[in-house]
Amino acid sequence: MTDQSALGGRDGRGTRLVTPGASLGASEGRRIGHGIVVNDGQMIAVKLGAVVESEQEISILPTHTRYTPRPGDLVIGVVEAVQSNLWFLDINAPFNALLPMSLGPGKSEFGGARHVLNVGYTVLCRIQEVDETHSSVVTMKGLGLRRVDSGIIEEIPPHLMNSLFSDGAALKLLKSTTDCRVVLADNGRMWIDGSPSSISSVISKLERVRTMSRDISNLDSMIEVIQAEVQ
Amino acid sequence: MGGYGDVQMIDENGKRADGRTAEEIRPVEINAGIIPVADGSAEVIWGGNHVIAAVYGPMEAHPRKIQKQDRAVLDVRYNMAPFSTTDRIRPGFNRRSREISKVTAEAFDSVVMTELYPRSKIRIEIEVITAEAGTRCAGITAASVALADAGIPMTDLVISVASGKINGVVVCDLNKEEDNYGEADLPMGVCANSGDLVFLQMDGDLSPEEFQIAWDYNMGAIAPVHELMIDALKRSNGGAE
Repeated sequence: MTDQSALGGRDGRGTRLVTPGASLGASEGRRIGHGIVVNDGQMIAVKLGAVVESEQEISILPTHTRYTPRPGDLVIGVVEAVQSNLWFLDINAPFNALLPMSLGPGKSEFGGARHVLNVGYTVLCRIQEVDETHSSVVTMKGLGLRRVDSGIIEEIPPHLMNSLFSDGAALKLLKSTTDCRVVLADNGRMWIDGSPSSISSVISKLERVRTMSRDISNLDSMIEVIQAEVQ
Repeated sequence: MGGYGDVQMIDENGKRADGRTAEEIRPVEINAGIIPVADGSAEVIWGGNHVIAAVYGPMEAHPRKIQKQDRAVLDVRYNMAPFSTTDRIRPGFNRRSREISKVTAEAFDSVVMTELYPRSKIRIEIEVITAEAGTRCAGITAASVALADAGIPMTDLVISVASGKINGVVVCDLNKEEDNYGEADLPMGVCANSGDLVFLQMDGDLSPEEFQIAWDYNMGAIAPVHELMIDALKRSNGGAE
C-alpha cells in the first residue's frame, strides 16, 4: 500500500498535512494528542489536518471539527424544541443540550416553558455537566447568562478558537476597533452587537478568517495572518 | 463466448474496445470541498461516471429509535439522478439504491470511529450525476474523501474498484459495454494504507484463478487512486505545493 509519509509529508512550506490512515511512525514515548491513535506501537492519523509536534506531545490540528462540550464552557445555543419543563438547545455540537426549567431564565411554571423561550430563541448559557454519552445539561443561572435579543450570531471554526483567541488580546482589539459588543462562546459562536456598520465590519473580518482557515499549509503564518486580520 | 451474444470487447493482443489494457483503469479525477454548505464533500469523475458525495454531521439522530447508545449511525443515501443514464430513472429509492446504500454504510462502519459519537448520526449523501458502470465504487471513493474532508475520525481511507470478466478474460474497471455484456463483476472496497478488505461483492462466476487475478487487479489500482485522493484533500485545504 502507498506509504503516506511520502505523499503527506512536509510540503516545503513547513506544515505536514496528513490524511486519515497516514502512518506517523513510532510514538517514542511522546504523549498522543488529538487525532492520532496507536496501533502496534505505530501512530496513525485519524483526521485530516496538520501535524503539531513537540518533544513531549504529537497531535493533529484538524481542518474541520465539531465542538465537543465540556463542563464550564460558555456556549451560545438556539432553542430547537420545547417541552413542558425543559428546552432542547442546539449548541453547535453533535448532540443537543438540555436546559431544564430549574436552570432556565427567571421564573416559569410547568407547561409555560414556551412563553419564556420559544423555538428559534438564542441564549447565552454555560455547560453544567456532560455525561459519558456526551449528553450535556446547560444552565442560565450565572453572571451574564441571558437571552440574546439583539445583534447577530456568527460562527468561526471551533478548532481555531484556541490559536486565535486564547490570550484574549485579539478579541479585545476586535471590540475596541469596531466599537461592537462581542461575546465569544467556546462552541465557535460569536454574538456581535452594535451599530449596523460596525457589525458588518466584524462580519467581513470573520469572513476573511473563515476563508483563510481552510489553508493550513503553514500553520504558524496562518495564525499570524489571521490574528492581524482580526486586529 | 460473451455474456449476451458474442460481442467482442477485447482483441487478441489484450487491448479493450476503449484502448485500455486488461489491468488499466479509466481516467480518474477527484476534487474535495466542492459543496460549501456541507461539512465535507467531494466529487469523483471516473471515466464516464460523475459522482458527488456530501457528508453532514455528526448530528443528533432523528427519529430517536435509530439511535445507538454506544456509537453513531451511518445514514448513507445513494441515489442516481433521473438523467444519469440513457433511460430515465424513476426518482426515489429503489431496491438497487437501498442495497448500495446498505453495503456502503457497512463498508464505512469498519473505518469510521463511530464509537466517539454515541447516539448521533453521520449522514452521507451520494448522488450519481452521470453513470457509466462502477457507480457504487466511484460513490464509495467519493464518500471516503468527503468523510475525511468533514473531519470525521476514521482509521483509513476506503477506495473501491471493480474488476470483471469479458470474453473469458479478466479485466480491471469495467466500462458500460463491458459491464452490460460481460460475464462477471467483482467490486471491492479496500483500506488504502492497511490493505484491509471492507467490502466485496461478486456478480457472475469466476474460477479461483480468475478471482485471484481480479483481486490482484483491484489491489493494484488502489495506490494510484489513493494518491489522487490525498492530492484532492491537500488542494482543498491549502496543502498542495
